Amino acid sequence: MRTAVDDATAPADIGPETFIDIYTLATRIKVCDEKFRSLVLAGQVSAQYYSPRGQEIVSASVASVLRRADYVVTTYRGLHDQIAKGVPLRELWAEFFGKATGVCKGKGGPMHITHPASGLMVTTGIVGSGLPIGAGLALAAQLRGTDQVTVVNFGDGASNIGAFHEACNLAGLWKLPIVFCCHNNLYAEHTSYADGTSVERIADRAASYNFPGVRVDGNDPAQMYRAAKAAVERARAGDGPTLIEAMTFRFYGHQMSDQNEYMVPGELDAARAADPVPRLRAWLLVTGIGTEAQLTGIEAEIAAEVEQAYRFASESPVADLAEAPTDVYEEALA
Amino acid sequence: MSDPVVETQPMLGFQALGSALDDALGRDPSVFLLGEDIADPSGGVFKVSAGLSTKYGTHRVRATPISEQAIMGAAVGAAVAGMRPVAEIMLMDFLAVCLDQLSNHAAKLRYMSGGQTGVPLTVRCAAGAGMQFGAQHSEMLEAWLTHIPGLKVVVPSNPADAKGLLTACIFDPDPCVVVEQSLLYFAPPQPVPVGHHVVDLGVAATPRPGRDLTLISYGRQVHDAIAAAEALAADGIEAEVIDLRSLVPLDERTVLESVARTRHAVVVHEAVRRNGFGAELAALISEALFDELGAPVARVTGANTPIAYAKPLEDAFLPNPDRIISAVRTTLARSRSRVVR
Repeated sequence: MRTAVDDATAPADIGPETFIDIYTLATRIKVCDEKFRSLVLAGQVSAQYYSPRGQEIVSASVASVLRRADYVVTTYRGLHDQIAKGVPLRELWAEFFGKATGVCKGKGGPMHITHPASGLMVTTGIVGSGLPIGAGLALAAQLRGTDQVTVVNFGDGASNIGAFHEACNLAGLWKLPIVFCCHNNLYAEHTSYADGTSVERIADRAASYNFPGVRVDGNDPAQMYRAAKAAVERARAGDGPTLIEAMTFRFYGHQMSDQNEYMVPGELDAARAADPVPRLRAWLLVTGIGTEAQLTGIEAEIAAEVEQAYRFASESPVADLAEAPTDVYEEALA
Repeated sequence: MSDPVVETQPMLGFQALGSALDDALGRDPSVFLLGEDIADPSGGVFKVSAGLSTKYGTHRVRATPISEQAIMGAAVGAAVAGMRPVAEIMLMDFLAVCLDQLSNHAAKLRYMSGGQTGVPLTVRCAAGAGMQFGAQHSEMLEAWLTHIPGLKVVVPSNPADAKGLLTACIFDPDPCVVVEQSLLYFAPPQPVPVGHHVVDLGVAATPRPGRDLTLISYGRQVHDAIAAAEALAADGIEAEVIDLRSLVPLDERTVLESVARTRHAVVVHEAVRRNGFGAELAALISEALFDELGAPVARVTGANTPIAYAKPLEDAFLPNPDRIISAVRTTLARSRSRVVR
C-alpha cells in the first residue's frame, strides 16, 4: 500500500500543523511507553502492562480531530488512546504505579484508566466489552442533543465477540454519534487474524449494520487523519456510525513475557523496521513541514515532561489503605 | 424519606411499577427506559411500561432489538455519562447473557475510577417460578448479584413496595437491580401511593410481629411466611415475619434485633438452597447471636435443581407455608431454650 509518507510533498488537504500535532502526540506516547516498559523489565515497577508501541499514529491521528468534550473508550492496551485524549501525564503515570495521586487513586491501574475531565470515560480489560458502553455514551449525547462524538477503540479480536455485533447493530439502528475504531494489529492475544476471523477485512462487517466501514493504513497519518475526520464529522452531523479498520502492528506481543512464537517469522522485524514514528519524523523533514530544530525541540520538551511524570509517580505515596473500602458505592453501606 | 402519603389507588403489581416509571420520567429528563418490546402498543410483555412511550416519546421509552449485551452496555455507558437509564431485561435468567456488563462494568466502574464516575443505572427483570415457564424463564438469581460488590439488589413483595423501591433505585447513585417476581405483577390490587413514592433502600418491614421465632423472607415468599405464621398462631406459636425488601443494602439491625428477641430464626426464599441468600443470613445471625440462639438457623428454600415445567414438579421445587410451618416446629423442638407449647 502506497502511503502519504512515501511522497516527498505534503498533501494539500491537511494543514502542516496537524502533522506536527500528530507527531507530537505520537512521540509522547512512544517515549512514555519506552520508559514505562523499561521500568517494568528492570523490575522497578510491578504492573500488568500491554504496550501500544507501533500503534501510536492511530490514536494520535484520531485525537487531532476530537474535542475535549468528546468521549473515548479504550482497552487494556490503551496508553496511546489515554495520552492522545489528554489524560494528564503525571496522574496517568502515578496510576500506572498504583499511587494515591493517580487519576483513579491507584484503584484502576493500567487496565482501568478513567479520566472524565479529559473525556477518557472507560478503559476495559475485557475484550470487546467497550463497544456497547460506547454506544451508551453516544446515546446519552444523542438524548441530550449535544454534538459530542464517542470513539470506541478495540482490537481485531474484539470484532469476534457478540458485544461487537450487538453494539454495531444498535448504533446503526439508532444512528448513534459513534466511531468504532478497530486497531487491527493482526493478533488477538496469541491468535493470528486469519485463525480467528472469518472475513478478510473487519471493515466489511459494517455493511451488515448499514453504515460505512473503511480500512486504512493506520500507521499513515494522512490516511488515518482523513478517515477519522470523515467519521467524526459524519457522527457529529447526526448521520450515524462509521467503522474504521486501522491496519497497524504491536511491537511487543500480547504481554510483556511474550516470546512471539505464534507470529509469522520475519513479520515483527519488518514492522519494527517500518516504525511509524521515526518514519513520520523523516517525512516531516523531507517535506519541510518540520525543521530539525523544531522537532528536536518538541522531543526535548516531551522527554522533560515524561521525566517529570515519572518522578511525580515514583515519589508519590502509595494508595492509602483507608481508600480500600471507599468508592464501592457512593456512600459506604452500613 | 418518602413524601407524606395523601392519596392512594388500588393497583396491581405491574401497574404500580409502571406508575413509578411514569413518575420518574415526568420528574427527571435524565431518566429513560430501554428494553425489548417496552414501547407501545405492546408496552412490554408484562405491560409494565404500557402508555409510557405514547406519553414520553419513543426516544425516552426505547424499544430495543433482542440484544441483552447492547441493552446493558448502552445503559452502563449512558449512566457513566450521567443519565439515569432503566434497563429492562425481560427475565432474570437472561442476565446470564449480559452479566459481563453488569458485573465487570456497572458494578466496578465507580471503584476502578477511584470515584470519578458512578453508574446510576437501574435494571428491572421479571423472575421466579409459578407460571410454568420451565427452567430458563423461572429462576431467582439474586445470590449471583448480591455476591458482586458495587450492585444493589431489591426484591419487593407487594405493589406499594415495588413502586417505592423502584423509585428509590432510579434516583440512587449506584447500579440497582429490581427483581420483580412475575406472579407479583398480577397479585391482588393493593393501595399504592399516587405520585412520587420512595421506599428507602436498606429498610426492612415487619408485616407481622411475634415473640417466639423470626421468619425472614423477601419477595413473594413473604406471603407464604405470613400464611405460615397465621396458621402457627392457632397453636400459640407467635412468629415474627420480616420482609427484607432490599438485600443490598441489608437491614441487618432489624434482623438481628428481632432474632435477639425471639432467639429462633427461619429463613425463607425461593432461590435454590445451595449458596442462596439464606446461607448469608444464617451466617450473619450465627456470627452475631450464637450465644443467644435457641436452635440453629433453618432455611426453607427452593430445591437444588433447575425448575421443571410440569405443575406438580414446579410446585415441589418451591417453598410453601406447610414447609415453613414444619421448619418452625422443628426449630422450636430443637430449642435449648425449651420453648414448649
